[in-house]
Amino acid sequence: MSEQDVLNPKHMPSNPEQATLEGKNKFLGFWFFLGGETVLFASLFGTYLALRDSTNGGASSQDLFGLELVFIMTMLLLTSSLTSVYAMYHMKNNDFKRMMIWLGITVALGLGFLGFEIYEFVHYIHDYEFTMRSSAFGSAFYTLVGFHGGHVVFGLSWIIALMFRNAKRGLNLYNAPKFYIASLYWHFIDVVWVFIFTVVYLMGVL
Amino acid sequence: MSTLVANEKKGFGSTIWDYLTTVDHKKIAILYLIAGGFFFLLGGLEALAIRVQLIKPMNDFVSAGFYNELITMHGTTMIFLAAMPLIFAFMNAVVPLQIGARDVAFPFLNSLGFWLFLFGGILLNVGWFTGGAADAGWTAYTPLSTTSPGHGVDYYVLGLQISGAGTLMGGINFLVTIINMRAPGMTYMRMPLFTWTAFVASALILFAFPALTVGLFLMMFDRMFDSVFFDAAMGGNSVIWQHLFWIFGHPEVYILILPAFGIFSEIIATFSKKRLFGYTAMVFATVLIGFLGFMVWAHHMFTVGMGPAANSIFAVATMAIAVPTGIKIFNWLFTLWGGNIQINTAMLWALGFIPSFTIGGMTGVMLAAASADYQYHDTYFVIAHFHYVIVGGVVFGLLAGTHYFWPKMFGTILDETLGKITFWLFFIGFHMTFFIQHFLGLMGMPRRYWVFLEGQGLDLGNLISSIGAFLMGIATIILLINVVKTSVKNEKVGADPWDARTLEWAIPSPPPFYNFKQLPLVRGLDPLWIEKTEGRKGMTPAEPLGDIHMPNNSFLPFIMSVGFFIAGLGFIYQKDNLAWLSAVFIGMGIALGCMLVRSLKDDLGYHIHKEDLQKEAKE
Ligand code: HEM
Ligand SMILES: [Cu+2]
Repeated sequence: MSEQDVLNPKHMPSNPEQATLEGKNKFLGFWFFLGGETVLFASLFGTYLALRDSTNGGASSQDLFGLELVFIMTMLLLTSSLTSVYAMYHMKNNDFKRMMIWLGITVALGLGFLGFEIYEFVHYIHDYEFTMRSSAFGSAFYTLVGFHGGHVVFGLSWIIALMFRNAKRGLNLYNAPKFYIASLYWHFIDVVWVFIFTVVYLMGVL
Repeated sequence: MSTLVANEKKGFGSTIWDYLTTVDHKKIAILYLIAGGFFFLLGGLEALAIRVQLIKPMNDFVSAGFYNELITMHGTTMIFLAAMPLIFAFMNAVVPLQIGARDVAFPFLNSLGFWLFLFGGILLNVGWFTGGAADAGWTAYTPLSTTSPGHGVDYYVLGLQISGAGTLMGGINFLVTIINMRAPGMTYMRMPLFTWTAFVASALILFAFPALTVGLFLMMFDRMFDSVFFDAAMGGNSVIWQHLFWIFGHPEVYILILPAFGIFSEIIATFSKKRLFGYTAMVFATVLIGFLGFMVWAHHMFTVGMGPAANSIFAVATMAIAVPTGIKIFNWLFTLWGGNIQINTAMLWALGFIPSFTIGGMTGVMLAAASADYQYHDTYFVIAHFHYVIVGGVVFGLLAGTHYFWPKMFGTILDETLGKITFWLFFIGFHMTFFIQHFLGLMGMPRRYWVFLEGQGLDLGNLISSIGAFLMGIATIILLINVVKTSVKNEKVGADPWDARTLEWAIPSPPPFYNFKQLPLVRGLDPLWIEKTEGRKGMTPAEPLGDIHMPNNSFLPFIMSVGFFIAGLGFIYQKDNLAWLSAVFIGMGIALGCMLVRSLKDDLGYHIHKEDLQKEAKE
């Protein structure tokens, strides 16, 4: 396949993300990467579970967590996962404009989530003096939830960068895999959040 | 960009530039070989210093503090900066050729993986020059490591974090390469055993390294940002580190040994002139070892106080690994049995490996008996065990691989006489050094102590051990002389100097940068051997001659790694002076900037045209 066929394909196949060998490699490699990320988060969850009652006399999860805020955050992130599915649906139909619109909505929802998370952390630090340094529970909480938050920041920057770079030229066989794996990453972040919601917040207030 | 550059003579500067920017797996292999070899020498010097200190009772060759740095850096260097990269050297040099591929799946990541490893390794060693290297053991147990003064352990944390990221990339790269890029007809059950072991080792890397990543992050936060994960006074728990470290650490030893098994399998089959006995069982055993490797980490923690139930489960699981390992030993023996055996240096290493490694496996099962381990744990018995498996297995494998694959990588053959001298000196030195350590351990000599007392029956054993270490040192020097001599003589050999069986020997030594002009058609296990027995000279092509797609070189991996290196220094020193945070921002800025460029700038590679390939063939 020549450069021309990749950058300006005469017709877009229905799975443009896997139409080239590079695309196939990216697809598979990224799934493996997510496998590694799973171990990463599993380790963080394990650490959190071991330390979540080690409050060192400071704030405990019952003191801190309120489900209202977390519920809104969860809804925002779950919805953003759905909107990124729509975006990929339009990518497969070679409808660039709609894909961009749905990606835009995804980004907006993600930013909303991030805003609430920052608010949450600030709230804990100011109103409860609950920090990374105050107890082992604090260290474990901020590290686990913060790692997830860091993934959200990275995922958002990645999607935004791809959107700007390709705004003018539309879809081709070279950038389709990039959009696709960015959205895979976004789903993964979402799945991790479901576990955080359950293990950290639900189990924390009970 | 489509002209062939392979035959051009290049100046020194442009050669350097070429290697700094290369994405060619064969050149990256050479980089890994040189860097890994360098760290092997460094780790070896540290080992000799340890043995000089222990040559007699109450010696004062080095101070107690420096001794701690020596043992820590010896272990860390040998595992992460010598054995791992040397394995990656052979995986890069050989795996794509063995499966009939023109390159790896992610050439850019491949180069990034190398530079991250190198800069991480350099960062680890910077500590020597800035007030002391890491000194809490290669296992860096908390709270010893989290309370170790100075910056030594900080270098350990960030150096390993950076080089570990590189290793993870390498693992993913080889997984995808082996799954997606096999030549027509190269089914999974026709893959050479080295490729199989590289495959399983890569899967282990993928699932083991993230646990280390997390452990290192927690340690970094504790040391640099005052979190309290491992601080019992604040509710922390130091055993978490041990779990995370060994969840990574035990699979790591199999990451090291499996590719060595693969190398031996190739060598033993080639020089017995026989198909590997029990190929299917060998594949099965490899996969099973990889799987079981994740279930046994707590055998390093029998004495921590996990309780009898946990200890028993982990003891049984550990002993179970001896079964697939035994399968392998027997298959090698049966391959030799009745074979037309040719003994050269590579084969000597393979033959020396079988009994040496078996001893290590046997002491492993002894250690796995949890109740007995209370006696063995943290004594020289453990040191003897893991050196029998790591030196007798991994290092022998790497040295065997060096002799066996040298012609493919460099087009010359290492000198046989010098090679054999190296083998015998090293082999004898190795057993002298470590066999006696079993008994030192049983007599109660603890590991990691910088002196021992007179009159406890430990003097002679330690003296013998130290003399053995020097024999290995001399053997290594002779190997270096061998390399220099062979390179200076530069006598070229053909494509297939060993009359071997697998695909890499079907193309010239060293191979052209595109590897296979036409992808080969694989018709069974040992594809080249099949063609040879049917009277053909080489492989039957699976495709007509056509354009070849190649990736572009890139300088980004190097710059990105420099960025992480600078950020690492910043993280370490912001503890003393917050102005160093600027280094964190600059370094991360460079690294993330490179990532952005990589993501946004089109890089489609280029094509070598059919006509140029035909022209080259005529020359
Ligand atoms: C039959 C297979 C094996 C068994 C049953 C086994 C068992 C064990 C056990 C129980 C220990 C812990 C001893 C203690 O600290 O008290 C140990 C330590 C160790 N083993 Fe093995 N092992 C086996 C193979 C290997 C292999 C193949 C390697 C490496 C290539 C290896 C490398 C190590 C290392 C590095 C340590 C010590 C780590 C340290 O404490 O610094 N082992 N082994
Ligand atoms: Cu182990």
